Amino acid sequence: MTDKILSVKDLSINFGGLKAVDNVSFDIDRQEILGLLGPNGAGKTTCFNMISGVYKPTSGEIWLNGKRTDGLPAHQMASLGVGRTFQVVKPFSGLTVEENVIVSLGMPNYNSFTRSCRFWHTKANITAANDILKTVGLEKEASTKAGLLPLGNLRKLEIARALALKPTLLLLDECFSGLRHEEIKVIEDLIRKIREQGVSILLIEHNMRVAMGLSDRVVVLDHGRKLAEGTPEQVSSDPAVIEAYLGKGESTDAA
Amino acid sequence: MSIYMINVATQIIIQAIAACGLNIIVGHAGQISLGHAAFVGIGAYSNAMLTTVGGLTFWQAMPISLLIVGLVGLLCGLPSLRVREDFLAITTIGINFIVVAIFQYTPALGGALGIGGIPNVELFGFVLKARPFFWLCFSCLVLVLAISLFFTKSWLGLSCFAIREEETAASSMGVSPVRAKLSAFVLGTLMAGLAGILYAHYMKFISADSFSFPFSVTLLSITVVGGLGTFWGPVVGAVVLGILPEVFRPLVDYRMFLYAALLLMMIRFLPGGLLGGSDLLSVKNLRKRKASATKGGDKS
Repeated sequence: MTDKILSVKDLSINFGGLKAVDNVSFDIDRQEILGLLGPNGAGKTTCFNMISGVYKPTSGEIWLNGKRTDGLPAHQMASLGVGRTFQVVKPFSGLTVEENVIVSLGMPNYNSFTRSCRFWHTKANITAANDILKTVGLEKEASTKAGLLPLGNLRKLEIARALALKPTLLLLDECFSGLRHEEIKVIEDLIRKIREQGVSILLIEHNMRVAMGLSDRVVVLDHGRKLAEGTPEQVSSDPAVIEAYLGKGESTDAA
Repeated sequence: MSIYMINVATQIIIQAIAACGLNIIVGHAGQISLGHAAFVGIGAYSNAMLTTVGGLTFWQAMPISLLIVGLVGLLCGLPSLRVREDFLAITTIGINFIVVAIFQYTPALGGALGIGGIPNVELFGFVLKARPFFWLCFSCLVLVLAISLFFTKSWLGLSCFAIREEETAASSMGVSPVRAKLSAFVLGTLMAGLAGILYAHYMKFISADSFSFPFSVTLLSITVVGGLGTFWGPVVGAVVLGILPEVFRPLVDYRMFLYAALLLMMIRFLPGGLLGGSDLLSVKNLRKRKASATKGGDKS
């Protein structure tokens, strides 16, 4: 319909008296990597939760692929092609890494009675799950219980599960935090590769070097409002952004 | 086997069938239910009414009773499963008390006197008593176990595991929490209903207090002791908790106390139950892990 995969218009949500997100608008083009930045408590994750259907916005509109989706539950957003990771990792701890990914692979089966009666432990699914685990570098842990993995591997598992949904829009919520330098490189390359396959990506990242290097465009939030939007160069030289975010010592520890 | 042994075994099997249902709800889908006895009761009362007042045979009444239990399960599950954890526990206790009160205060259901004169089960003209009835119960248990196994292997089962482990993540992966929980709940109540139907025709007399809250606690104890979410757990739990009171007959008055003590001990020392962490699936994992550990180079 349009070349925008996602349009967010005047999005707001109130938690009691707190306006966590206040009239935020932005678009994501197809195959674009859009960075969502801002200090802690700026409302980035809340935005994610509204786009992925976890929260219902108080007002405003979300358009995915030309279809209005605000207020739809999370499981429907998943079937519309939105894959996401969680900032606070949420593995299915009692299941193995492989089974974690298979849960995602089963997305098309859960909403039909006849399909949900089929078996999940098939060779095809195991192969598919292991292929995805290979792309994030977790193939050795396939039969480990997810609860036993260290944080870095859990972040990779989050990405693997999101990829297993075959998303058209991928929401990555701080998927680099807790990773070593070399691991960050691997995931960076992975994200670029995912984009080349036609997936649009919205990412929240605190590591400025990574976020600026990876994003085509950047949206900066502060106190729930949109502060700036533009290319990484434009935004990092924006005085308002430096004032709100980069100027408060965050830039020094990010550099 | 003596008739006494047959009787004990039949009771154990009936409890195991109900516990299998509870295992699906609590063990596989992770939704605590403290009102499971209510659905055993609904199954028992439905079949008792249909065979005594309705004049149907056991086999004609059974599908209707299961339908009734399933519908009531659906109606109770729909609002209850929107609340989580402690609130769900309280809600299901409430369901148990309401159902028992309905049995007790509805004159048409026999009131406090209960329902007597429930006919024997007949099959091809044979009356199934004692030993043949035991085999009927046994085949029902095999059927229920087969359904449980199928459930864990199906996408529906996997979606329930995901909901049990992490509901928010599961829903972001396309699992509808309401749908998964409700399916597990209805399947579990159907198994409870089947146990109730068998119970009614085994006892030939039922009254409301057989299905009161303590029976729900017993069923939960069986499931927890055997191992929540394991395949054989409900059976092992039913055997252990069924044989113990027979062995310690003189202590029968302290049975609830023993259950409580056992439950606390299990939670403290064996939170996974007797079979915890050793169901078919994880035995395989254990072997794999052992194999990789002996190979060396594995960090765990």
